[in-house]
Amino acid sequence: MLLRDVALVCLADGIVGVSFGAAAVAGGLPWWAPVALSLLVFAGGSQIAAVGVVLAGGSPWAAVAAGAVLNTRLLPYGFAVADVAGPADGTAPPRSAGGGAGRAFGTAAGRWLVRAIGTHLITDESVAFALRQDGQARRRAAFWTCGATLFAVWNVSVLVGVMLGSTVRDTNAFGLDATFPAVMLALALPTLTSRSARVSAGTGAVIAVALTPVLPAGLPLLAALAGLGTRWGGWRHLPWIAGRASRRPGDVERPARDAEAVASRSELPTGGGR
Amino acid sequence: MMPVTAIVALAALTYGLRLAGPLLRGRVTVPVAVERVFAEAATVLLISLAATSALTAGHGFAGWARPAGVAVGGLLAVRRAPFPVVVVAAAGVTALLRLGGIP
Repeated sequence: MLLRDVALVCLADGIVGVSFGAAAVAGGLPWWAPVALSLLVFAGGSQIAAVGVVLAGGSPWAAVAAGAVLNTRLLPYGFAVADVAGPADGTAPPRSAGGGAGRAFGTAAGRWLVRAIGTHLITDESVAFALRQDGQARRRAAFWTCGATLFAVWNVSVLVGVMLGSTVRDTNAFGLDATFPAVMLALALPTLTSRSARVSAGTGAVIAVALTPVLPAGLPLLAALAGLGTRWGGWRHLPWIAGRASRRPGDVERPARDAEAVASRSELPTGGGR
Repeated sequence: MMPVTAIVALAALTYGLRLAGPLLRGRVTVPVAVERVFAEAATVLLISLAATSALTAGHGFAGWARPAGVAVGGLLAVRRAPFPVVVVAAAGVTALLRLGGIP
């Protein structure tokens, strides 16, 4: 069940990876740029956003800023999967497979290495799969299975895309330029759950499109963040007016929901045993 | 152009965001309000980038084929279509329109 779901997600991300690699090279980037991004950043949305900014003529630093802001969601994810993304605790009794990744290295350096690798594998998908499981051993197995498989599939598919993109002459004829905005739309739509988010995003989009003809590329996107200002038009959205809800154990659900919202769009409607 | 330093900078920032949770767990919690603002900032960026990259090329209009393909992809995403379908449909519609002479 887990393996089938992971395979479906990998298939979906593989197709995105191929289109990312092909479109980046077709847009004029050297082959190693999308490859290095995929290996070192390993976060599809931010890679696509950063390359999108650069291909539109924006400065590389605007691209870095856009990519980094998109990746801020990894911060709560890190807290959510901290117990399974690192080495298994020595005190925990040895349990099912998957924990093996953590137990194989007993030394301090080994534990540090497992932590370093596990940290890199924190993605929407691996977090969503981990948090859907009950029990630490199963969560650990799901996290490592999904994270490691996805890392391999993502990087291979980007490489395939790079090769396709450099052999096909007129990639625009295949509509590859439509894949970046479509991917970003598909990533963002599940997060438009609140009225506040819809108003902010709509305002930001109008600002960005309106300023594109007049500002240097990259700046309209940063100006779009002004759309966040609409949050403070509605007083009830202010947490300290709505009642300062302290963080309770139940709030751990939030990153789970967010990750699930982002990851679920990559699953077939019939898939997912939740 | 995307210099190596920019790629390394984005990689380092991303790794830092991933590492903060495992390092600080049990000592610090992200205030819910801050988490919400960041989540919404990401949504604003994604939607704005989708809009500008669908509608514009350089400082001008991108032509009708690309936004039409993206719109079909977005519609499919709203209908909860799987990700590969969204991507292939967006590219396919754009390619077909261009084949029909729409830029």
